[in-house]
This record gives sequence, C-alpha cells and structure tokens, in this order.
Amino acid sequence: MTATDTAVHLVQLAGAACFVIGLHRMRSPATARDGNLLSAGAMAVVLLATGVALFVDNRVPATSWVVGLAGIATGGLVGAYAARTVAMTAVPQLVSVFNAMGGGAAALVAVQDLSSGGSAGGFPAATGGLGVLIGGVTFTGSLVGAGKLQGWVPGRPLVFRGARPVSALLVLGGIAGTGWLVASPGSAVALAGVAVAGLGFGVLLVLPIGGADMPVVISLLNAFTGTAVAMAGFVLGDTALIIAGALVGSSGAILTRLMAAAMNRSVPAIVAGGFGTGDAPSGTAGAPGAGQVRRTDVDDAALQLGYAQKVVIVPGYGLAAAQAQHELSELATLLGERGVDVRFAIHPVAGRMPGHMNVLLAEADVPYPQLEDLDEANPRFPATDVALVVGANDVTNPAARRPGNAVSGMPILDVDRARAVIVVKRSLGHGYAGIDNELYTAPNTQMLFGDAKETLSALLAALKALVS
Amino acid sequence: MSADVLTGLTVFVLALLVGVEVIGRVPATLHTPLMSGANAIHGIVLAGALTVTATATTPWGEVIGFVATAFAAMNVVGGYLVTDRMLAMFRSHRAPGRDVPADRAAP
Repeated sequence: MTATDTAVHLVQLAGAACFVIGLHRMRSPATARDGNLLSAGAMAVVLLATGVALFVDNRVPATSWVVGLAGIATGGLVGAYAARTVAMTAVPQLVSVFNAMGGGAAALVAVQDLSSGGSAGGFPAATGGLGVLIGGVTFTGSLVGAGKLQGWVPGRPLVFRGARPVSALLVLGGIAGTGWLVASPGSAVALAGVAVAGLGFGVLLVLPIGGADMPVVISLLNAFTGTAVAMAGFVLGDTALIIAGALVGSSGAILTRLMAAAMNRSVPAIVAGGFGTGDAPSGTAGAPGAGQVRRTDVDDAALQLGYAQKVVIVPGYGLAAAQAQHELSELATLLGERGVDVRFAIHPVAGRMPGHMNVLLAEADVPYPQLEDLDEANPRFPATDVALVVGANDVTNPAARRPGNAVSGMPILDVDRARAVIVVKRSLGHGYAGIDNELYTAPNTQMLFGDAKETLSALLAALKALVS
Repeated sequence: MSADVLTGLTVFVLALLVGVEVIGRVPATLHTPLMSGANAIHGIVLAGALTVTATATTPWGEVIGFVATAFAAMNVVGGYLVTDRMLAMFRSHRAPGRDVPADRAAP
C-alpha cells in the first residue's frame, strides 16, 4: 500500500465518521443544519481525496480527466440550479429525481466495471449484477414516482392486466442474469439482461401505487439506492461507498417504516398497490352524528378567532397546494398579537411526507416551538376554543376511531373535540382515502368554502378590520 | 472469499446497524430534510463514477463515465443544497426585522 493509498483510506474513514455524526446531529432542529454541513464538508474532502489519488497515480489519460470534470460540471450545475430554485412544495419530487440520478450512477458504475473486466471473481460479479439490478429499479422507479407527484404521470394507481406475472418474471430474470454474470463475468448479454430487468421492474413497481403512498415509495427507493451504491463499492473495493451506501440503506428502510406507520399502512400493502382509487365503499352508512353541513362566512370566522383564547391550527396538504402558508403564518402572528394562544397541530403525514408541513411552515417563518405533533396537540383540543382546519381531510376524520372503514385505526388529530371547528376547504370532496369526513357534519363544525389562499387573505383582512 | 471481501462485508453490516441506531431517533419534524440529507450521502457514488471514468479505455466507456459522473454530481450537489435550504428555514423564533409591525419595532 502506497503512502497515497494510506492517506486516502484515512480520509475516507474520517469522512465516514463525519457522515454518522452529521446524521446524528440531524436529530434536533437546532443542530440539524450544522450536521448537514458537516456531512457535506466531509463529502467534499472524500471526493477530493479520490481525485488526488487518481492524479498521483498518474495513469489516467487526459481524455478521462476532461470527461470526468465535464460530468461533474454538468451534473453539479444542474443539481445546484434545481436545488436553489425548486418550490418547497415540490421538494419530494426533486429528492426523488436526485435519488434516480444516484441509482442510475450506481448502476452505470457497476456496468462499466463489469463490462471492462475490471473485477475478477464471483463475489464482485454478484455484487455488480445486484448493483445494476437495484440501481436500474431505483432509476426508473424514482422517475415514475417523481412524475406522479408532479402530475406528469397519473397519480391514481395504474394497474395493467398481467403486470404482476411480468414483474415476477423480471425479478427472476434479473437474479438469473446475475447468476449468469457470476458464471461468466463480462458477458454482455447477461449484463444487458440484468439492466433491462431492473429498469423494467422499476416502472412496473411504481405505476400501480397511488400518489398518496408515493412518499413512502420514494423513501424505500432511497434505501434501495443506498444498497446499490454499497454494491458498487464492493465491485470497486471502495470502503467509503460501502459505508455510505449501507448507512443510507438502513436509514432509508427505518424512515420508510416510520412513514408507513404514520399513515396506518404497511410497506408490503403499499408495494402491492391499488390504494386510493376512490372506489372504496363509503364508510358513512349509518354513521353516528351524520347530519347537516353548516356554513359560515369570513367575517363570522374572523370574529370567532379574534375573540378566542386558545386556537389550534391544523394545516394539511390543501394549504401547501394553494401556497397559502405565508397567509396562515401572518394570521397566526396577528392572533398572537391580540393575545390569543395560537398553536399548530401537525399530523405526522401532513403535507406530502412526514415533516414536509414543518418545512413549509418554517419557510413561512413560523417558529418551530409553536408546532406540535400528534401526542402534544391531542390533549389540547378539549380546552381549545377554535380549531382552524386548513386543507386537511383524512387526518381529522373521527371515523378512524371506529373499525370497518378505509381510515380505521389511523392516528388522527382530535379536532372534533374542540369547542368550535372551522374548516377551510374548496368543497366537500374526499381525501386520499376516498370516504366522507364525518367532521364536516359534526354539530360543532362550520365550513368555510373556498381556495385556502383567497380565504385566508380575506380572513386576514376581516381580522385586521376587527382589530382597528 | 478473500480477506478484502470479508473486511468489506464486515464494514457493510456494521454500517447498516449504525444507520438503524442513528436514524431511529430522529423526530418526525425532520424526516423530510433527513430523507433528503441521506439521499445526498449516497451521492458518494461520484467517487466510484470518477474511478471508472479514469479507467475507461473505449469511447463507449467514456460515454458511460460521463453520464455516471454527471448523474452522481447532480445527486450529491443538489442533494446537499436542497437539504441546507430546508434546514436554514428552521428557526426557534422569528427572524429580527421581519413581520414586526412599525408601532412595535421601536420601544
């Protein structure tokens, strides 16, 4: 081992330690940014060390340097531009696209190494085949998932006749192709077969999954990419890739389980697909408390909020879709200045994925101590004068407390236990679960129909008129 | 199995367990930035992309190297930047000078 090799290994080890410490610091909002910066700095140093080692090695042709640096410049600029300009509501699909890029890169690294005969032996061939297969799955799967969230691919589950047998065949074919690669390393036919199987399975895996489940799937594919990168690390004998890939593989798996649990779904059920078609039988037949919908107007709602002592705001995806988080933040500030105790109750899956709503409200300058999770907020509702629900639906449905419907058992915010409930919503339409929300017909609920942004602006104006 | 492969497997399994321990305790508030941050970490595949580009000897190999490097660079650069953009928004109190009405700004 040369002195350069030793130095690079030590830098990689320090980098790996920094990745772990960085993730550890992301446990708290106060240290999260430092943690990410530490991780980014370590990444820069590890990558630089790789470049220096290649330079010192002095066997790399000039064209390869040009190709590599051009690749870094192209990808880096596109990535930086996308990251800087994306709207916060579109972050889940952007992360999915970045994930697709990582998976694609891992697959290509394995393809290149296997086809150039760089690695000898059965183990590198097996891990290389898996790297191509898993990387291919995450490449197409993440792109389809991003397309669904963006609305370029229909968000409803797309189920084709015969899709399942074809999926099974693709997985078996991918594994068989990997076996073939072990038997005859460098076989171009086997390599192409594995790549096609992975790419095809990625598409078929994600198409039948509904848009509501997509964040969980993206998280799952993120874990897959980590695994694919670790496999590429085995092929190249690069410890840094193995460590970082394994870290992301297991963290992604844990995060996926947490997200699925928060939505009262299981990962296998999500992957099986077909949820959220809207044709589920309605759960309202004979529901207790079913009654008339009461409407209210902006002036009346402003009066109730302005003279309340305790207000809890429940934001949901409708708020993000209408880009109304700034109006909501301003409303909360104004109420706070009047001496009203204002809290935000954030359901674990409010927004598009766990924590997404926290990001959107943070962007709108809401201090995070005002944001309460399910366990903190629920005991508060019985003593709450007005609960203001903006664009949230299934996560407030009291039907979840009863068995036998699409939301049964899902953890909900106990909004209906507040003294008065004001729901800002476009219509009485269904949420992802496709059932009526019993909250809307509860006797203490008033509906304030309209677009979230327009309604909150009007509410704000009415409240200002009330104050002056 | 060679010693290198065994060492690699050991590192792989231990890193998996470290990932479980570190991530298992992150509050839901930070799950979105965390997913994005973890996503950026697997951008380390850029190191692998550079290595295979360096050993490319055919035009086809160089094309693959270029695409792999560009993909990985997009993953790592974009991933860290978007995570930082999200985390920069988390504040424990309102930024000074913003949303403060004129009549309350001066004591």
